[in-house]
Amino acid sequence: MASILAVDDSPSMRQLVSMTLRKAGHDVHSAEDGTDALSFAKEHGVDVVLTDVHMPKMDGITLTAELRRLPSYRFTPILVLTTESAQEMKMRGKDAGATGWIVKPFDAEALLRILDRVLEPKRN
Amino acid sequence: MSLDLDMAEIHAIFFEESAEGVDVMESGLLNLTPENTDIETINNIFRAAHSMKGGAATFGFLNISSFTHGVETILDEMRSGQRDATEEVIEVLLASVDCIRDMLAASQNQTEADQGNIDSVQQKIDALLNNKAPAGIKSQPVKKPVSASSAVPSRGWKIHYAPESNIFKTGNEPKRLLRELAAMGDMSIVSSLGDDADFDSMDPESCYTSWDIELRGDIEKAAVVDVFEWVSNQSEIRIEALQKEDADVPENKLAESTEQTDAPSAQVVAAPKQAATQSAPKDSGSIRVSIDKIDMLLNLVGELVITQSMLARFGDKENAGGDAQGLRDGLLVLERHTRELQESAMQIRMLPIGASFSRFKRLVRDMSTKLGKKVELKLSGENTELDKTVLEKMSDPLVHLVRNSLDHGIEMPADRIAAGKPETGVLHLSAYHEGGNIVIKVSDDGAGLNRSKILQKAIERGIVAAGEVLSDDQINNLIFQPGFSTADQVSDLSGRGVGMDVVRRNILDLGGRIDLQSTLGQGSTLKIRLPLTLAILDGQLVRVGDQVYIFSLLSIVETVLVSKGQISKVVGTGNVYRLRDDYIPVIRLHEAFNMSSETLFSDSEEKKGELLVVVESDGKKMGLFVDELMEQQQVVIKSLEENYLPVKGLAGATILGDGNVALIIDVPGLVHSIDMRQLENAPQSSAA
Repeated sequence: MASILAVDDSPSMRQLVSMTLRKAGHDVHSAEDGTDALSFAKEHGVDVVLTDVHMPKMDGITLTAELRRLPSYRFTPILVLTTESAQEMKMRGKDAGATGWIVKPFDAEALLRILDRVLEPKRN
Repeated sequence: MSLDLDMAEIHAIFFEESAEGVDVMESGLLNLTPENTDIETINNIFRAAHSMKGGAATFGFLNISSFTHGVETILDEMRSGQRDATEEVIEVLLASVDCIRDMLAASQNQTEADQGNIDSVQQKIDALLNNKAPAGIKSQPVKKPVSASSAVPSRGWKIHYAPESNIFKTGNEPKRLLRELAAMGDMSIVSSLGDDADFDSMDPESCYTSWDIELRGDIEKAAVVDVFEWVSNQSEIRIEALQKEDADVPENKLAESTEQTDAPSAQVVAAPKQAATQSAPKDSGSIRVSIDKIDMLLNLVGELVITQSMLARFGDKENAGGDAQGLRDGLLVLERHTRELQESAMQIRMLPIGASFSRFKRLVRDMSTKLGKKVELKLSGENTELDKTVLEKMSDPLVHLVRNSLDHGIEMPADRIAAGKPETGVLHLSAYHEGGNIVIKVSDDGAGLNRSKILQKAIERGIVAAGEVLSDDQINNLIFQPGFSTADQVSDLSGRGVGMDVVRRNILDLGGRIDLQSTLGQGSTLKIRLPLTLAILDGQLVRVGDQVYIFSLLSIVETVLVSKGQISKVVGTGNVYRLRDDYIPVIRLHEAFNMSSETLFSDSEEKKGELLVVVESDGKKMGLFVDELMEQQQVVIKSLEENYLPVKGLAGATILGDGNVALIIDVPGLVHSIDMRQLENAPQSSAA
């Protein structure tokens, strides 16, 4: 059980991600854009951040970069969950400090498996 | 909100947000012209398309996602400046918006989308993309989940994995990956330190190790690829088949193999059937409520709880018979809070009309182009709030009125210039409060109604007797008669003559009314008046016999005391009363409702006169006899259809303070039925 921040501007996607993660026993918080997510993350520590790329106000890549600048988020896994699959975008995500890149549509099992994987170091 | 919604509910949310997305795209596109290409507007449109594509793919509506993909690509090119927003591009994008809307509706309601139209728009999109496709369109068509990619099983794999030194900082843990691989089959592993691993200068947060792994077993390459899926960017990874000669397994091709693409067209066929898994209820719908309104409501509930505890004291035995003043105060507070609570609960159903108005931008644009007219659409009062049901039911009538204005009202540019008017006509949609009503106005500066033509038509159709003299208003109102259309040629775009009477009927059903003002050569204004809400009515209680009935306060014009002699019988029309210069039909409610007259007699001692309530609907007055006027109060309307049966002449029922049921008189219905009777019996002769 981990505390996860899911960031997506689409309510249905937020619900779907939240439902998937909650069913797996995680504690899910959601935010609807980067700005929203950043202020939440500053106030509450989370174990994993799961973010979309294209969002109003602040996009997911900027969010990733901003989070990495916070000392408490230096090592926090940040997964990008997006329809965007262009290599150039992925590289931008990576440069900003993203841990992983999951292309939507996502498979619930795959998402959970990946989460498990990024959560591992914390558990040991 | 409950924590776990089920899939059908999430689908419903998806459809709702997509509908909003489509609206965002449409209004954005309508603001876009070749001269005005605001980057933020394009970004907004792009984001809407992008989210929709992602959602559609996620929820299995692959026809939508693959269609939207092309649209998204065009938008992406536009926002990166690789493509200009030409008229043609905007036109194609607007057509695509229609297709997406159609597909969404089809998926939601499990009906068929207009595939012919979609295909033709798809061709236009493809043509645009091929035409000017910039070097290397980056993003790709719909993705399939990685696990489904077609990799060849092999006897095993030889894997070289060398993560970048900062791998730990991104939250990844090689050990976990290795363990996952080990779970797949028989694994042997050799780890080696990198050349730069000097113990003294080692950074404890960096990784210096790489691994060579032999994994044996009947394992799909995709499974192996999957393990490294998202460290592939930060690592050097080679996966080679062990011994087996399926040698086309490429080296270090992780990125590609995780992104197997499918031809979009192959998926379109199967998709509508897949959509059948969801079952979104069509009409119960949800509503978006601003947080302010909810806070207000919660606040009031809080107040109510306090009031309740304040009153509870008087229920205590010790307090019984005590402090009457305190009890009265408490009850007053309770009354105030209950009323406020009711009002703010009603507010939840209220939505601004703006969303409904902005749809007309598109309609006006499309229709004026088709008709070759120049029209400017003005909107005002977009923030005026209407009950959700009223808003929904007004949508079709408004479309009809706007079409009428464009088709019959506003003239061709040449005609306008000839008439000394500006070339561009103005269509003005406005909404505002007036008294207890909401008013929606559709006005144009077009040709106005040609009354002599209307009258001539009405005579031709036998609606009006030849030689009859009608006032301007009466002539105007003829266009609301069933089967009346003055368009010399029935056009494709509006009016097959079924229109205006249906519009009027819809508005009457909502408890509203519609009036027309028109000046030849200067334009027409249609004014629709609607009640604020359908659920609550300002009522006038009246007594007829021993029953209490309720009139909508808004429908009452006046009340007069009438002596027996002032009622005259007119053949074919029934009783009429001369109200100043007008003769109005009157009915006795106890007759209309078949109440026994004995009940009445007991009440009506030889009185000076009877009370006549004069009501008005749709511009027509009538009188109703009642025995007594009682108090006025707000009543909550309960539907008779739902709780009992529909009854002619009654609009519903309510429960009074004393627990009795009172019936609500359907004034428009009564006026209409009297009107019908007159039309059937004889031409109306209501001259002064």
